[in-house]
Amino acid sequence: MSRRNPNGIRIALLVLALAPTCPAAFKQNDPLPPLDSFKLEGKLPDRLKGQVILLDFWASWCGPCRKSFPAMQELHKQYAGRGLTIVAVSVDDKREDMERFVKSANVSFTVVRDAGQELVAAADVSTMPTSFLIDRAGKIRYVHKGFASDETLKQYQEEIQQLLKEPAP
Amino acid sequence: MKRRTIIFAPVALLLLLPLTGGCAQVKPWQRGTLADPIMQADRDPLGAGLTDHVYFSREAASGGRTADGAGCGCNN
Repeated sequence: MSRRNPNGIRIALLVLALAPTCPAAFKQNDPLPPLDSFKLEGKLPDRLKGQVILLDFWASWCGPCRKSFPAMQELHKQYAGRGLTIVAVSVDDKREDMERFVKSANVSFTVVRDAGQELVAAADVSTMPTSFLIDRAGKIRYVHKGFASDETLKQYQEEIQQLLKEPAP
Repeated sequence: MKRRTIIFAPVALLLLLPLTGGCAQVKPWQRGTLADPIMQADRDPLGAGLTDHVYFSREAASGGRTADGAGCGCNN
């Protein structure tokens, strides 16, 4: 039998042990990876480049997520014409659950489903809902964890107004 | 490396691998099943009240589940 380096097994074990603790989460000031590189169910907006994007991760079983929808619809009404695009990414296991809620919420912004939960795993969100505000250059500028009604809406408005003022690259 | 180590190291690794599953975290986006109302222990308030009443009466001690009473078994 050939001689093998015992360090090889040790290194492999170490990598196995550390792998789950090193996710590549979305962080402030990181560039947003292209959304079309993930398998998302539903149609993404044709034009995302140069837009201010609100990328929201939600699920129909999450109470605060459901409460955030009227606020996002309000933001969509206020700022869609000025360059804001909202992309709400559902992480529901079942498409019917998502569709039932979206129908009742009656929203006009883009809703897609992360069926394989690849995008949300890449974002590695720590709570539901989590949303990312992305500037016109495609850089993640603000991260919102959870949703606290009017307080969060006001914060969104201030941040979106600031990002919309910034010129596209 | 000793021959015995070479033989037993992969076997030990294979035996230990299933244990790593016990440390798996449920990520926030994977909590749909846990968030299902059926997972709530007290999803039926009336049923929970009746169960508490029987429990407190039987044990002659109430308050264990935030109910008031003096342990007389006469809680509402």
